[in-house]
Amino acid sequence: MRIEIDLEKTLGAFTLKAAFSGDTAIIALFGRSGCGKSSILNLVAGLLRPQRGRIVIGERVLFDSASGIDVPAEKRRIGYVFQDGLLLPHLSVRQNLLYGRFFTPPAERWADVDRIVELLDLAPLLERRPHRLSGGEKQRVAIGRALLASPRLLLMDEPLASLDASRRGEILFYVERLRDEVGVPILYVSHEIGEVVRLAGHLVLLSDGAVAASGPVHELMSRIELRHLIGRYEGGAVIEAKVVAQDLGNGLARLAFSGGELLVPDVDALIGETLRVRVRARDVSIALSEPRDVSLLNCFRCRISEIGAEPGASVDVRVDIAGTPLLARITRHSAERLHLAPGKEVWAMVKAVSLDRHSVGYS
Amino acid sequence: MFDSLSPAEIEALRLSLKVAAISVLASLPLGFGLAWLLARFEFPGKALLDALIHLPLVLPPVVIGYFLLVLFGRRGPIGAWLEETFGLVFAFRWTGAALACALMGLPLMVRAIRQSLESIDRRLESAAATLGAGRWAMLASITIPLCLPGILTGMLLSFARSLGEFGATITFVSNIPGETQTLPLAIYTFTQVPGGDTQAMRLCILSVILSLAALVLSEALVRRANRRIVGDAH
Repeated sequence: MRIEIDLEKTLGAFTLKAAFSGDTAIIALFGRSGCGKSSILNLVAGLLRPQRGRIVIGERVLFDSASGIDVPAEKRRIGYVFQDGLLLPHLSVRQNLLYGRFFTPPAERWADVDRIVELLDLAPLLERRPHRLSGGEKQRVAIGRALLASPRLLLMDEPLASLDASRRGEILFYVERLRDEVGVPILYVSHEIGEVVRLAGHLVLLSDGAVAASGPVHELMSRIELRHLIGRYEGGAVIEAKVVAQDLGNGLARLAFSGGELLVPDVDALIGETLRVRVRARDVSIALSEPRDVSLLNCFRCRISEIGAEPGASVDVRVDIAGTPLLARITRHSAERLHLAPGKEVWAMVKAVSLDRHSVGYS
Repeated sequence: MFDSLSPAEIEALRLSLKVAAISVLASLPLGFGLAWLLARFEFPGKALLDALIHLPLVLPPVVIGYFLLVLFGRRGPIGAWLEETFGLVFAFRWTGAALACALMGLPLMVRAIRQSLESIDRRLESAAATLGAGRWAMLASITIPLCLPGILTGMLLSFARSLGEFGATITFVSNIPGETQTLPLAIYTFTQVPGGDTQAMRLCILSVILSLAALVLSEALVRRANRRIVGDAH
């Protein structure tokens, strides 16, 4: 379903002016805190009112300042999963789940109670009260509650932020499940690029209340000029690759992409599936000749296409592996010592173990 | 001294309970509405409205009673209109006692409900809106249940105030046995006649028991309502 968003809103001294559109299952809004991510969700949900703009979900216009359309929040049918769940404390889990469903016109109830309860493993929680749930359980109930209102679009505002590391993995798993099985489009706000790569196909990068870039995740991730917005530590190119072999003997999987093959450990996917692999720039090294006698499994012959211009001890180098971009972050010292320059042929090396679970997204 | 209650005592007790109950129930919608207005909206004259609501708390009750007599007496502007239009008479009736009690209890009720309303996480209402709840559905399913402890506390305070109300009642509707003579008025009457000490004491003890029972009951109700909302730990 196509989502078209164009918003202008002044909140105190902060001005939000953001326009983007997309039609993948999950669109991620990424940016530092205070960049306006949550405000965008509140505007789309109808909890805040834009000064000017247009919000279209599929065929339905929810807001259009030009023609005076402003569907009230309770009629928008947009599910909202808040950061801290916001379950209704005086109702049981079951009543929370059915709350939104009650207000949905019967003809528009596409979400089936039993199926959602099963999808999110909610059956054991139904009779409990929200204060008796753990953080992860609360978040699952919040997702189920939003889904059972049969929304046209699901908004998720950093649903993992209030959870510990092990619970995060659990909720991510459920989000993937509902992306793949329920088919409701999701607008997902995050400040963890790992989450974004794992879940989303489309990335909207926000900075100071404006859209810095919007497009397919793998495209934006390999652009040097966007590196400072994504975060230099976690950032890196995203390669879309297809599983061609699962070597059960050594725990490695072989993934094919346009530039060659990538060996990745502990991949939980079937042969033929397409994965997104984020290769952190800091995990990529550059050599002038083909490396021999090293433990590195992933070596690619490539050509330098761009060298970052920012000052400091490190530089970003963008290389091109037969059409697939890869980013490497190396010291300026090395870059000068090796006389790296655009057009030069080099070898890029990636340690397989650096491609961990948080680097692989299943789409 | 502790033999069973006389018919006159039962009458005073029954009247006290009736007046208190009706005054609380009748003033609850107004009390909630005022608390809602004060808790949720900014408007010109808000401070004045707040002060007016609190007047019965600080004015001598006799003054309130006298104002009621002037306004709601059979020849008063409001009283005359109410009698003409609805046949509703307050002056020297138990309904007038209930009106006086309601007015005296209103500031306590509004304060308790307002505090409770202000403590509700407004984002819960936002969540309800995204789930499709309109204004009234939200009020019934979120706001009122969540401020139930405040509503109960407010009702109790107003009820207790009604049981003890004396000055405004006696000024407005006088001291008519069986019609407006509630417990405090009956006690007062007994203290004014020679040899009425024992009967006054009996009614005083009755008052104490009644007030204690109301307190205990409401405390239990509030605790239960709170437990529903925030859980046993609190």
